[in-house]
Amino acid sequence: MAATQIETTIQDVKREKPESNFRRMWDTLTQNKAAVVGMIVILFLIFIALFGKWIMPYDPNLGDMAVNKQPPSMEHWFGTDEQGRDIFSRIIDGTSVSLSVGLKAVSFALVIGTVLGAIAGYKGGIIDTIIMRVMDMMMSIPDILLAITLMAALGRGIDKAIIAIGLVTIPEYARIVRGSIMSIKDSEYVQAAKVIGNNDFVIIFKHILPNVLSPIIVRATLGISTAILNVAALGFLGLGVQPPYAEWGDMLGRARSFIFESPYMLIFPGLAITITVLAFNLLGDGLRDAFDPKAHH
Amino acid sequence: MAEKEVLLEINHLSKEFVVEKNFFGKPTKVLKAVDDVSFKIYKQEAFGLVGESGCGKTTIGKMLANVYTPTRGEIIYNGVDLAKLSQKERRAYCKDIQLVFQDPYASLNPRMTIGDIIAEPILVNKLLPKSEVEKRVLYLLNCVGLASHQRNRYPHEFSGGQRQRVGIARALAVEPKLIVCDEPVSALDVSIQAQVLNLLVDLKQEFGLTYLFIAHGLNVVKHISDRVGVMYLGKMQELADKHELYDHPMHPYTKALLSSTPIIDPKLKKTKERIILKGDVPSSINPPSGCRFNSRCYFQKTPACTSQCPSLVDTTDKQHFVACHLVADK
Repeated sequence: MAATQIETTIQDVKREKPESNFRRMWDTLTQNKAAVVGMIVILFLIFIALFGKWIMPYDPNLGDMAVNKQPPSMEHWFGTDEQGRDIFSRIIDGTSVSLSVGLKAVSFALVIGTVLGAIAGYKGGIIDTIIMRVMDMMMSIPDILLAITLMAALGRGIDKAIIAIGLVTIPEYARIVRGSIMSIKDSEYVQAAKVIGNNDFVIIFKHILPNVLSPIIVRATLGISTAILNVAALGFLGLGVQPPYAEWGDMLGRARSFIFESPYMLIFPGLAITITVLAFNLLGDGLRDAFDPKAHH
Repeated sequence: MAEKEVLLEINHLSKEFVVEKNFFGKPTKVLKAVDDVSFKIYKQEAFGLVGESGCGKTTIGKMLANVYTPTRGEIIYNGVDLAKLSQKERRAYCKDIQLVFQDPYASLNPRMTIGDIIAEPILVNKLLPKSEVEKRVLYLLNCVGLASHQRNRYPHEFSGGQRQRVGIARALAVEPKLIVCDEPVSALDVSIQAQVLNLLVDLKQEFGLTYLFIAHGLNVVKHISDRVGVMYLGKMQELADKHELYDHPMHPYTKALLSSTPIIDPKLKKTKERIILKGDVPSSINPPSGCRFNSRCYFQKTPACTSQCPSLVDTTDKQHFVACHLVADK
């Protein structure tokens, strides 16, 4: 009896070995069914984006006028558009565009926003005022309006769309990073980093940022869906990719004229956008809960 | 008494924090955390600094350790005024003056292993070739009473006392001349306090260290210090050798502080007079005019008390400095 008790205590001690933060977050994340669904959908989309070339049944950019505006059938699962191009193939082709644009725009905004927010939050004073007032000015203009203005200045094209969408979201990241940095920059371990002779750059990037990553990661994940929507909106307005390349928003915009005649031309690209955005939102929400220490049971 | 060598000299040091600014950025409310404080720290001594919360003792320590930049005054070290250096030049002196923080739960980066925390100051100041750093880290861990196998653990896996040991090892890593101990035991259990204090005493002997020991209670300071300074509202009120100060306190504030220390012997207890100060500490934003202590002083006040700020003078030729009109007159 006594012996078994000791054994269980030893096992308890072994079990109590503190699990890493990452492990705990991963457990909370995987317990969230919606987040798991989001993750699976995103993995599926990434797979399509990478290997779509070998899956698509037709050339997405080559039309056959003989079969234009066909409703869904066994030959053309999602039907064909006004130029006789297979919509299923075009949606597969557009996956990589939407995903990469979302990722690139967010990375662009994240890097610049983090640097600006870090400088503003850590330095404070007049530098903070200048940076943050410029950010406020950018935030006071509606995103899509600002993006359209930037596109007008930069010209058409997917690279320019990435820059435009990235630029308009910089203030959000700058704000989050600034707030997080201000909340811990006076903490003792940051002071300790200064006492041992670190320069500001090392203090910000080695001691402060790793400790405030969670809200930034959550915002970035949710930001990908916003970026995808914005790219689609620009595409819808004809400011996205150059024809003939497939992009979901662009497909929607072109199909608009045929909405009563052939609604499937809009339904499928619209569904593709919805599912992608929903998947990133579900994952983002799950991450937010996983990073929140109060959410752990 | 042999002439002692001065390690660090503080002259008219002041630190002001801006609390409120007007629209144009001009300060309208200023908190004087430290106001015109001067003293010397001799080589290999432990200088104790006591006072209530908010009296500026931590601010002094953090100015020495380059956390804050002084508003006015000098910090003379090796003939150089550290207060006048640019941040870049100032960093070169970081390895000479180190700080042990008050709160061991807040002073260690939660995302670094304790080994990396201790190794960082060595790497930052490029004191050792990379191959020898690891050996030094394990040596330091042993010095402060931690086991080498704990090197790769994270701070949250340790108790408060153990974390404070990590903080001490980090301060020791660069072989500093002066260690500022900012209330290093006040966040710890009483049983652990003694262990950490003894460790500090041992390390002082082993490495020939000099301490600026900051605490809010006189009993902890008594254990470790050679000389003691008493601060009140940003000003030094009394400064003397430990025994001199404890046996013959002169400033009314020091007397009140000493009388608040509990005495364990019940026979002695009756003989002791307990001085209870009335009121709260006035705000450092709007301190009383004249002597800082006049609003709570229980001595018979003179007009000078409320009009003139007393300076720190040696009253007895025993290096016993007091800042009080009433004591100096006697």
